[in-house]
Amino acid sequence: MSAETQTLFSPGLAARFDRMVTLYPQRRSALVPMLLYAQDEMGALNDAVIAEVASRVGISELEVRNVISYYSMLHTKPRGKYHVQVCTNISCMLRGGNELFARCKEKLKIENRETTPDGLFSLEEVECIGACSWAPAVQVNYDFHENLTPESLDALLDQYRTQNGLADRGGR
Amino acid sequence: MAYLVSHPDEVKVVSSRFGKGAASIETYLALDGYSSARKAIELGSDGIIAEMKASNLRGRGGAGFPTGLKWSFVPKQSAKPKYVLLNGDESEPGTCKDRLIFEHDPHSAIEGVIIAGLAIGARMGFIYLRGEYRYLLTIMERAIDEAYAHGFLGKNIFGSGIDFDIRSHTGAGAYEVGEESALMESLEGKRGIPRIRPPFPAVVGLYGGPTVINNAETLATVPHVFRIGAAEYAKIGTERNGGTRLFCLSGNVERPGVYELPMGYNLKKMIYEVGGGIAGGRALKAVVPGGASTPVLLPEEIDIGMDFDQVGKAGSMLGSGGVVVLDDRVCIVEFALRTMRFYQHESCGWCIPCREGTDWLKKTLTRFHAGGGVAKDIDNMRYLAENIMGRTLCPLGDAAAMPTIGFLKKFRKEFEDHLDGKPCAYAEQGDAALAPA
Ligand SMILES: Cc1cc2nc3c(=O)[nH]c(=O)nc-3n(C[C@H](O)[C@H](O)[C@H](O)COP(=O)(O)O)c2cc1C
Ligand code: SF4
Ligand code: FES
Repeated sequence: MSAETQTLFSPGLAARFDRMVTLYPQRRSALVPMLLYAQDEMGALNDAVIAEVASRVGISELEVRNVISYYSMLHTKPRGKYHVQVCTNISCMLRGGNELFARCKEKLKIENRETTPDGLFSLEEVECIGACSWAPAVQVNYDFHENLTPESLDALLDQYRTQNGLADRGGR
Repeated sequence: MAYLVSHPDEVKVVSSRFGKGAASIETYLALDGYSSARKAIELGSDGIIAEMKASNLRGRGGAGFPTGLKWSFVPKQSAKPKYVLLNGDESEPGTCKDRLIFEHDPHSAIEGVIIAGLAIGARMGFIYLRGEYRYLLTIMERAIDEAYAHGFLGKNIFGSGIDFDIRSHTGAGAYEVGEESALMESLEGKRGIPRIRPPFPAVVGLYGGPTVINNAETLATVPHVFRIGAAEYAKIGTERNGGTRLFCLSGNVERPGVYELPMGYNLKKMIYEVGGGIAGGRALKAVVPGGASTPVLLPEEIDIGMDFDQVGKAGSMLGSGGVVVLDDRVCIVEFALRTMRFYQHESCGWCIPCREGTDWLKKTLTRFHAGGGVAKDIDNMRYLAENIMGRTLCPLGDAAAMPTIGFLKKFRKEFEDHLDGKPCAYAEQGDAALAPA
């Protein structure tokens, strides 16, 4: 049973949050990880999520919003089911990162920070993701894909599309 | 999954357990794991710090500050609890080494945090990973749980009577949070705005208590110093630059990868022998020797030893270990622009020279690269960058200015060739990816 009598989160996540606030010398330290995990489960940091997180760490909703706006991974609007993040920073740029980014736009028919109409994919040009020696690199949600070519990128996007189709039919 | 590479010139110390399954504590123990923490308990605070000073280990986060000296600044007596904070924010473009430690040898990072804690008398340590490293956080959390289960963390660690806890923590996307004081703010659940120093973290850090902040590779190296002995470790490197470091070779080399080489290893050899030379047999144009913030080196400037002092003497910095190699197809103006776009995006906006300066430089470079440059832009950009230097709250301002000054100084002709609406003559020689968008 969660410390919050009413929670938006799954029992597992709520229990995790109950514990997280006790792990630090100050409750507020749990804020950034909590926001990220909440977002992973809920899809976005909407008003209700912000209200619950604020109450859990004991700060105002405004303070929570201030923190959200600072961190590039936190967002208040939903993104695609597969959030495609293409690194175009220096090491990736030298090995075709810009080309991969252009290919994504073309293939998904969306621009930077947009979502496909079916909600399946969103696209973002990102800064270095720590894969420089395996460039060019793309992260889809939390999964790294490295040493990509335009062809292997096409195959990757198709793979996510197929994976989703299978999930829809209850398969795996 | 990050790929491992190998070269005969490598001296594997911090990477000695990579690829051996050491993320599991049983394997780590079988490979001498946690023996250094036991030694450190016997040595006690002064003994640990003396060993660290003798090792000549210098911080791998960028600035190369001597680790033993840093630890010695923490006051022995403190009314507030002391802390150790491992910096695993790894976001300097060109840098991808801490990731390998978290993936292949997370216990070495844990053991390093324990030893740092014993040295300064802390009872709690934090391991902060950047938000994008979620799979590594899972590995790290499991490793921490294993260490608790073995009695290496928690109450009475190793039966010593000392209590020590470690918490893992995740960021959520922000380069600036890698700066040590912004990192503390972030861990306290705030925006990553740097703190005014002094007081330095060694005196007033996390939650107001004395805090040691070290890079992940620095701390993961610490147990190895005690395993092989400080004197032996120091001997591997050069004067005042002990041991080895993980160099991340990237860009237009034949065999990019993370290689562990002795401090002082020759940069030219690193590129041509370890990295197999320039990809496709092309010509070398320039090298960014230590991550995006370090000033560029020309081909005739790379016959130098890669340690903090020698690279400094060559007018650049060893930085974070990210060696980015540029071949002759690269347009320096475009490269400078991409670098500045990064710093402009990451500036936290607190100080005007950094916030406005990076924005202005980005806009000028954008216009310039698109063919809209005028002659006086070149000197203006240099003037602007020089006036950011030393006038900001944290070193991000300098990190943006330094490479820009380097590009303008060493590749002035290339900037001039972009004038008068001439299309970029450089990128055209290369593939479409290098052409301006
Ligand atoms: C803008 C900025 C970003 C930084 N990012 C990192 C980083 O990602 N990882 C890191 O270890 N140090 C980073 N640093 C350096 C830290 O401030 C700090 O010096 C370092 O963690 C100290 O560890 P060391 O003594 O072991 O090198 C950054 C510094 C600045 C100014
Ligand atoms: S130098 Fe830039 S990043 Fe650092 S505090 Fe000032 S505005 Fe923020
Ligand atoms: S520059 Fe793309 S991962 Fe580092």
